[in-house]
Amino acid sequence: MSANTDFTLAIEELTVSFDGFKAVNDLNLYVDKNELHVVIGPNGAGKTTVLDLICGKTKATSGSIKFLNKELTTMPEHKIVRAGVGRKFQTPSIYENLSVFENLEVSYPYGRSVLGSLLFKRTEKVERKIIKIAQDIMLEDSLDMPAGLLSHGQKQWLEIGMLLIQDPQLLMLDEPVAGMSVKEREQTAELLNKISKGRSVLVIEHDMDFVERIADKVTVLHQGKILAAGDMKKVQNDPKVIEVYLGH
Amino acid sequence: MNYFYEKVMGGKSGLTGFIILAVVILVAFPLFLDIFRLNLVGKYLTYAFPAVSLVLLWGYGGILSLGQGVFFGLGGYAMAMFLKLEASSPENTAIQSTPGIPDFMDWNQLTELPWFWVPFESFTFTLLAVIIVPAIFAYIIGAAMFKRRVGGVYFAIITQVIAVILTVLIVGQQGYIGGINGITDLRTLHGWDITTDNAKVIFYYICCLLLLSIVIVGRLILTSKFGSLLLAMRDKEDRVRFSGYDVSHFKIFIFCVASIFSAIGGALFTLQVGFMSPSFVGIVPSIEMVIFCAVGGRMSLIGAIYGALLINFGKTAFSETFPQLWLFLMGGLFIAVVMFFPNGLAGIWNTYGHYITDRLKQLKTVFVMKPSPQEAKQDLG
Repeated sequence: MSANTDFTLAIEELTVSFDGFKAVNDLNLYVDKNELHVVIGPNGAGKTTVLDLICGKTKATSGSIKFLNKELTTMPEHKIVRAGVGRKFQTPSIYENLSVFENLEVSYPYGRSVLGSLLFKRTEKVERKIIKIAQDIMLEDSLDMPAGLLSHGQKQWLEIGMLLIQDPQLLMLDEPVAGMSVKEREQTAELLNKISKGRSVLVIEHDMDFVERIADKVTVLHQGKILAAGDMKKVQNDPKVIEVYLGH
Repeated sequence: MNYFYEKVMGGKSGLTGFIILAVVILVAFPLFLDIFRLNLVGKYLTYAFPAVSLVLLWGYGGILSLGQGVFFGLGGYAMAMFLKLEASSPENTAIQSTPGIPDFMDWNQLTELPWFWVPFESFTFTLLAVIIVPAIFAYIIGAAMFKRRVGGVYFAIITQVIAVILTVLIVGQQGYIGGINGITDLRTLHGWDITTDNAKVIFYYICCLLLLSIVIVGRLILTSKFGSLLLAMRDKEDRVRFSGYDVSHFKIFIFCVASIFSAIGGALFTLQVGFMSPSFVGIVPSIEMVIFCAVGGRMSLIGAIYGALLINFGKTAFSETFPQLWLFLMGGLFIAVVMFFPNGLAGIWNTYGHYITDRLKQLKTVFVMKPSPQEAKQDLG
């Protein structure tokens, strides 16, 4: 096993193979504290698989994923979450039959055992926290609305809020602005810049304008391997990246 | 008190529904029905227990169990074993080749009470067994299924298979558990004759009170964070898992609660009907329980009780007149409900009920005139 590091997330020699097809191949990726790291790459590059591997949805074939020097590859999903890794799915995953308030309440990181959830009380502290998060994600006026009635963009924000309320050290977002209007994209970029303070954020995104606005560091994945990494300028001018991804 | 009112009773409308139900089963039925019919309603109400359990499990949790009859049966058999042992005292069974054991054992050349029957000589043990045995069984099934993330239609099929297995086991083990005839000829409970009208009325009331209690327990569960989580798991299981919850624990717990509710119904069935047989364990009764729940409204604890009552009234009425048609009618009703009224009677009431309540309010304003100040004073005096 690899040595301890100062990184929030250290992925080393990570490989996953589905029936011989290596979706992620000998990948090394590091996310620093307080860094907003964006992963880009063409379709099928293995971006979503990397997130699946980190959060435990897919089990790695070999290699190591260390979060604050804790090995994640052997942990069950809920323990990875409790350790401080939050993950937003590509399509908004919210509870359509619950209100916005209840969506956030269910995500509140106390009362996570059966007994705890039965005895969970909606205290003032919980309510304050929920309202605070709702303000951050611009949904404070829709708290009582069934989440199924929100617009697509608002659902994306709600899911981000459901992660924020758990105060994760590492926040992973899979295409957070897909399907959003121009204005919503701007608001989301602002939101990301705001919430990335004090935590590391790993984002998968296609929209290059959006990436440019938020990224501290960019990694380009191609066929399960890293093609280029560095700041946005460096990556954009990399001839290999231009060839496989950005186009001429 | 306020907490109790808001959370447990669900505010004004929830309390009204609860009180109406309580009045119907505790006052109206005993007042207007003769003892034979009241006992019949009592039997129907025991089916409401598994129907209510399915509201929690299926309606909210999204876990369809086609094997609630298993737990109904376990509860019923536990109670029947106790009563049978009491009915098989050496004096009562003096003509047998081995007196003191249940008659069906004697017919099957058993000469000694099997070990698993012995604890059922204690009533306390029996009452505990009614709750604990189904819960342990549900825990084992639940842990085996939910830890492996078996769900949806696969879970439904497996529960159905378990219902078949248990039926076959009971039928095959005639000497040990009474076989296809079940455990019959139950007479007394601590020397108190349970076949008298008096006993039937008492059991009916016990049944009603326990039913109302499990509705309250159900409400407590559904109004807690656990209740929101049930709905959340039904909608987006992965999101719940990736919010730091061990989803399997929650499913196992609600499956155990549902099994206990069903088992209590089974035990009350034995007490009121006076026997227990494998025909209340297998696939058909298990699916009927799902139909009671679906027709009553799978999102409504109280609706499920009306569903059980209505279908069973219908079953009795129709099967007396058209025994052949009844099954088709019930099947058709189930399809119609699922297709057109997915939330059952309770859903219809929620959508159209305000026409009736509005009219009632109008009538109230017509008939209830405001008393003049003078009359009001007299009333006070």
